[in-house]
Amino acid sequence: MKYAFYPGCSGEHRASAYQDSLELVADIFNLELSSIRDWNCCGATEYLSVNRLGAYALNARNLALVPKGCDQVVTSCSACYLNLKKTDRILAENPDIAKDVNAALAEGNLSYYPGIYNIRHILEVFINDIGLDLIKGKVVLPLSGLRVAPYYGCMLVRPNNGYDDPEFPHTLDDILSALGAEVLAFSMKTYCCGGHMPQIKAITGYELLRRILGEAQGKGADIIAVTCPACQLNLDAYQDDINKNFGTNFKIPVIFFTQLMGLAFGLERTLLGLGKELISADEVLSFGKGLQRPLFRRRVRKRGD
Amino acid sequence: MSEKLGVYVCHCGTNIAGTVDVEAVVKAALEFPDVAVAKEYKFMCSGVGQEMIEKDIRDLKLTGLVVAACSPHMHESTFRAVSARAGMNPYMFGMCNIREHNSWVTDDKLAATKKTKALISAAVFRVRRQRPLDPVSVDINPATLVVGGGIAGIHAALEIADAGHKVYLVEKEPAIGGHMSQLDKTFPTLDCSACILTPKMFSSGRHPNITLITYSEVISVKGFIGNYEVQVRRKPRFVKTELCTGCGACQQTCPQKVVDTVYEAGLGYRKAVYSPFALAVPKFPVIDTENCLYFRTGKCRICEKTCPANAIDFSQQENLLDLKVGNIILATGHNLFDAKMIPQYGYGRYPNVFTSLEFERMLSSSGPTGGKVVLRDGETRPGSVGIIHCVGSRDKNYHEYCSKVCCMYSLKFASLIMEKTGAEVYNFYIDMRTPGKEYEEFYHRLQNEGARFIRGRVAAVMDTPFSKSEEDKLIVQVEDTLLGRQRRIAVDMVILSPALEPRADSREVGKVFGLACDASGFFTELHPKLAPVSTMNDGIYVAGTCQGPKDIPETVAQAGAAAARVLSVIARGKVELEPFKAFIEKGSCSGCRICNGICPYNAISFIESEMVSEINAALCKGCGTCVAACPSQTITAGHFTSDQIMAEIEGILLDVKQESNESSTAVKGGKS
Repeated sequence: MKYAFYPGCSGEHRASAYQDSLELVADIFNLELSSIRDWNCCGATEYLSVNRLGAYALNARNLALVPKGCDQVVTSCSACYLNLKKTDRILAENPDIAKDVNAALAEGNLSYYPGIYNIRHILEVFINDIGLDLIKGKVVLPLSGLRVAPYYGCMLVRPNNGYDDPEFPHTLDDILSALGAEVLAFSMKTYCCGGHMPQIKAITGYELLRRILGEAQGKGADIIAVTCPACQLNLDAYQDDINKNFGTNFKIPVIFFTQLMGLAFGLERTLLGLGKELISADEVLSFGKGLQRPLFRRRVRKRGD
Repeated sequence: MSEKLGVYVCHCGTNIAGTVDVEAVVKAALEFPDVAVAKEYKFMCSGVGQEMIEKDIRDLKLTGLVVAACSPHMHESTFRAVSARAGMNPYMFGMCNIREHNSWVTDDKLAATKKTKALISAAVFRVRRQRPLDPVSVDINPATLVVGGGIAGIHAALEIADAGHKVYLVEKEPAIGGHMSQLDKTFPTLDCSACILTPKMFSSGRHPNITLITYSEVISVKGFIGNYEVQVRRKPRFVKTELCTGCGACQQTCPQKVVDTVYEAGLGYRKAVYSPFALAVPKFPVIDTENCLYFRTGKCRICEKTCPANAIDFSQQENLLDLKVGNIILATGHNLFDAKMIPQYGYGRYPNVFTSLEFERMLSSSGPTGGKVVLRDGETRPGSVGIIHCVGSRDKNYHEYCSKVCCMYSLKFASLIMEKTGAEVYNFYIDMRTPGKEYEEFYHRLQNEGARFIRGRVAAVMDTPFSKSEEDKLIVQVEDTLLGRQRRIAVDMVILSPALEPRADSREVGKVFGLACDASGFFTELHPKLAPVSTMNDGIYVAGTCQGPKDIPETVAQAGAAAARVLSVIARGKVELEPFKAFIEKGSCSGCRICNGICPYNAISFIESEMVSEINAALCKGCGTCVAACPSQTITAGHFTSDQIMAEIEGILLDVKQESNESSTAVKGGKS
């Protein structure tokens, strides 16, 4: 199947591990992800709060650039996904806004008519277009014994996008289980990571992150798997600061779920961007190196569950 | 054709006359064909109005009657009776609704008057083509079928049986008792559920007029009020009931332990050969073939060896039982909403999240914990308990309706938890709904006794501590809407109060009995206020939670009402059916059988020998579906013949016809 791919700003740089691993994994399933040419920023979480019309126009421009004949638009970032989807819905429901947005797009010889694209997150494509059976079939290095905390963040499944439970989603759990991992019952799976809060008011952001990391540590997670570049950055980059502020001792690697997929499919670690994370996942993912079958070292559980 | 029609226009006080120019209508009516008399009166349904019509029918020897007044639902039967009293066939009558369909819905007097004339004209044209019909009268079989052996079915069965009539009580579980038999105490009096239910179960088990048919399901229903033929599938018990003494030896020696997901709600065990509970009626156990070692592996038969009465019989087969009854009461009860559908409440993930039914079993002194309130480990007493109301109720994602009983049983739980453990109890509610005798008083009592009430829908139950005090607890995350802030309440145990929902198979069961279900899947009553236990199908009644969520007092009241309806039909002995039946002209029937399958009442059968279809007049409801579907137009619906309907259309368009005639003359006149 052919998909118009919207990479988003993070995917190009900071979260290149996500993009690189996604491309490799997509190849395995013959997913044709062709990047939208000349795309622009989606406005992230802030712009929609500051200038709605401007934000809608930014997103509508990206959708207007989708090549003809392709009706599936895919992104890997939860915030981009939410913004694209929200823009499409708002424009479809409000012809006046659509008119204004199109007036802006016309300056660049573009136009966009809402409701023609199926806007999707890559996680949902794996679930619905590929399916768990196919995913399971590609596993050559099962993640047996790896205790993974599945973290969806707050933007991926809310509001109800129809393919997963908006309050307590399970599709990422399902994929990780299909890879052979031990998936933790993770209560904080949809709690906010703070978004840009660590830059705005660090202590507030740290408290939100502490709760998520706290559950992961308490349940003995080896690693946290995420679906969004912002979540990855927040959970990964601030553990030292959080430890200093709260007297905790977090040291949990946080990587993208596509990296775990690639690993299980036997792909080269460096190509998957493994090692780019700040808290190294090398130790917990050491199994299977040099084509040896994994013999995974179990961690001492801090909490019985 | 020498028809003589009378037209009577009712003012209904000012309800009609305030909008319709009745005088003009009467004047116009006199011009309609065959109208011998047209009159108006303030209240046509009053004694004076009725007598006026009666007198005219006699004196003027009227052959047909048209009354323009309110809805036929209101007074059609009144004026049919007037016709009959005056010696005219009651089916030579037509009623125009010029109130609900006309004067009540417009202020435009001219339009209302015009429409009234059109409606009367239509009725006049129609009545001219109507033919006298005789009502069909059938005998009532006094036996009654009650489906469902919960408190509703038991109560209805006893009422009818005590009046001296035969009752078949069919229950799909091995014993009667239903959900009420699982409860420990009942609100608001906190009297013991078993103490009030058990005597009724025993009475129905012993009653000479009641035949208990347990472990069985109704699979087909044919016939009509007074004359239903019912087929019941009896699952094999593998126990000879004529020999079994109910001693329980088989249950003691059976080596196969099974989690009891029905009676014990998954909290306790039973054996593969089992009676659901100690005082079950009937006392005979059943062997569950899915779990029985002998049925699974071909070896064991320990029960057979230990049974002192030699009552075990592995050769029993399923059999079908045919019953003939006059009336049927459906009391098939409800299911509990599956709390796993709301994953954020953690049922199935956190051991110490319970459903209300599990907790009922925990409270019961005959239950798995012997009545002790403990955590899932079986020993730890909770120091604090959160009760979450409206789980799946009042929630557009699941069931929009209020399940009506949850507030009260949650209060009951709070009371019993505090009494048994001294634990802190939090009720998380949206609105407290305690309408009922002494219900509000019970709520106040709980408030005074220190139960805590937090108003707000719970967002999630989680096991993730944000602080030290939350460690090793379940945390209920909720917006306290009275306080206006988010709260996290740490508790040891959470009880969910799930919605009462229709049985999963309610729509299929509805089909078997010819009943409709509402959008939620509960059986639809004939009228929500005035016929709450009757259904669209004469002779079939509903009682209890299969019709909608309700508590025990309301269920018993409804069961009593259904029994009273049945007894009144039995007392009448005969029942008159509307004579609006379809019939097939055999000569022109091609035998295509299209009508056979589409009849919603299964009234059409195919006569193989003559290769034609035939309509059973007693079953036919005159709906007309077959008439429309018949490709050779060989089916006629009595009282709704094509002839009559075409005449009605001609009548309603009479003024249009006259106007077009006038205008065409005008054009001609203009040209000349």
